Amino acid sequence: MLNIRQVRKVFNAGTVNEKIALQEINLTMAPGDFITVIGSNGAGKSTLMNIISGGYLPDQGTIEIDGKNVTKLAEHQRAAFIGRVFQDPMAGTAPNMTIEENLAIAYARGHRRKLALGVNAKKRKIFQEQLALLDQGLENRLKTKVGFLSGGQRQALSLLMATFTQPKILLLDEHTAALDPKRAQLIVDLTVKIVEKNKLTTLMVTHNMEQALTMGNRLLMMHEGRIILDLPQEKKQQMTTKDLLQAFEQARGGEAFAEDRFILA
Amino acid sequence: MGVAINGAIEQGLLFAFLALGVYFTFRILNFPDMTADGSFALGGALAAKLIIGGWNPVTATLAAMVVGAAAGAFTGLLTTKGKINGLLAGILTMNALYSINLRIMEKANLPLLREDTFYTMIQSLHIPGIGVISGEAIIFLVIVLLVKLIMDWFLHTDLGLDIRATGDNSKMIRSFGANTDRTTIIGLALSNAMIAMSGAFIAQYQGFADVGMGIGMIVIGLASVIVGEVLFGSRSIFRASLAVIGGSIVYRLVIAVALRAGFNPSDLKIITALIVIIALTLPNVAKGIWKKSSKAAKGGKLDA
Repeated sequence: MLNIRQVRKVFNAGTVNEKIALQEINLTMAPGDFITVIGSNGAGKSTLMNIISGGYLPDQGTIEIDGKNVTKLAEHQRAAFIGRVFQDPMAGTAPNMTIEENLAIAYARGHRRKLALGVNAKKRKIFQEQLALLDQGLENRLKTKVGFLSGGQRQALSLLMATFTQPKILLLDEHTAALDPKRAQLIVDLTVKIVEKNKLTTLMVTHNMEQALTMGNRLLMMHEGRIILDLPQEKKQQMTTKDLLQAFEQARGGEAFAEDRFILA
Repeated sequence: MGVAINGAIEQGLLFAFLALGVYFTFRILNFPDMTADGSFALGGALAAKLIIGGWNPVTATLAAMVVGAAAGAFTGLLTTKGKINGLLAGILTMNALYSINLRIMEKANLPLLREDTFYTMIQSLHIPGIGVISGEAIIFLVIVLLVKLIMDWFLHTDLGLDIRATGDNSKMIRSFGANTDRTTIIGLALSNAMIAMSGAFIAQYQGFADVGMGIGMIVIGLASVIVGEVLFGSRSIFRASLAVIGGSIVYRLVIAVALRAGFNPSDLKIITALIVIIALTLPNVAKGIWKKSSKAAKGGKLDA
């Protein structure tokens, strides 16, 4: 479904601030794969997300989605294939527009925007059905501006908007990190439910090792722009967070920083 | 005073197209578009020139809108494709338009004496007025409301939703497949079409086009938008666009009163600036006073 070949990305090339964000990354995702990605700050996780979504264009290498080469397509052109939820609950929705207007924008994904009313009776019915699945009571608040919703509700809505048009790839960029534990769990449960129901090919970045182990069928660990560990389902299931931390330290050549321990714990 | 109020309402309605255009860029698209001063004069200049050249006033006004849209699109191209800062892009277009407007007019002032204009056409209909609202004002009101309703409808279409989201959260709308360069250019074009329409109407109303007629139009438009929002609210697009029209009329009435009170017409720019400053700072000042008084009520013990 997703095929990344030899992708490299360097920021501020040729200056003192040069930063190699991705070094010759190769990654293939089968349809229905749900991969979790962990790694310390600056490991290249977010860059990888942005390379896939088209937020950044790679310096070299190719990206294929569902057999189609999208390497040179801009973000809005790739959006037809990619659903995305950001870390910041404010990032995935338009705060001054109503819930139904936000959903109408998401609903138009992959279609040419026409001069027809964005929200009509037919669409409203679909939106209500979909919102009911979130269990947040949002189906009765279609005309509420999204800015009035809580962070958890906005993130649930973002998740719905990213997924209900069945994208080829779903990108989750630490989408529970900004929420309190209770809300985060709610979004985790919703994520699992939605991904399973729609059989979405999903790539999820997380700082939470517990999440990385319990969710999905494959785990990637990144460090300094490389994928240093790739665990299939069988191995992942046997691992504990402690094992994972150890594997991380090993892969890094034994240097154990208390800082990383803290970040990953 | 009655005549002054009459005129203020008529002008307010014609400047309402300007206010709607400024509302579109500043509020919907969240883009500080400085093209307005240039496109307003462009509308007036082109309409006047075409009318003198024998064009029908209605087609001349429509032509002014098309050219205004082109000016807006040019600013949009500068800022999206050329990556020029939005403020600067507008200023550059505005500056360039000054020369273009002089080229169109061939002199600094084009009188429309004894020409058939949109205004003389309406006057010849002899529509009875209602109180301070003249018959002409009623026609203006109908056209303004028509444009307002079309704009309201447009902003609820799929394309309109994209344009609003571009102003609200451009990162988000890109992730849903909208080309924000395109929505920005379309938004600026539509806004400046309305502003040029306003310029075309004003030129016909006052009986001349002047190369300097656009100076300060952004601030006047903003004053109308802000005054309207403060007085009439802006909960929905429908409400806000109505408020903007109301704001434009109130602004003209305030100006009429100021002139009555003995101010010179040359003082109007500073009065306008003061209106905008007061309208923008008053809510904050009021909040501060309210906070202080509520603190005092609680015995002044709370720090924050």
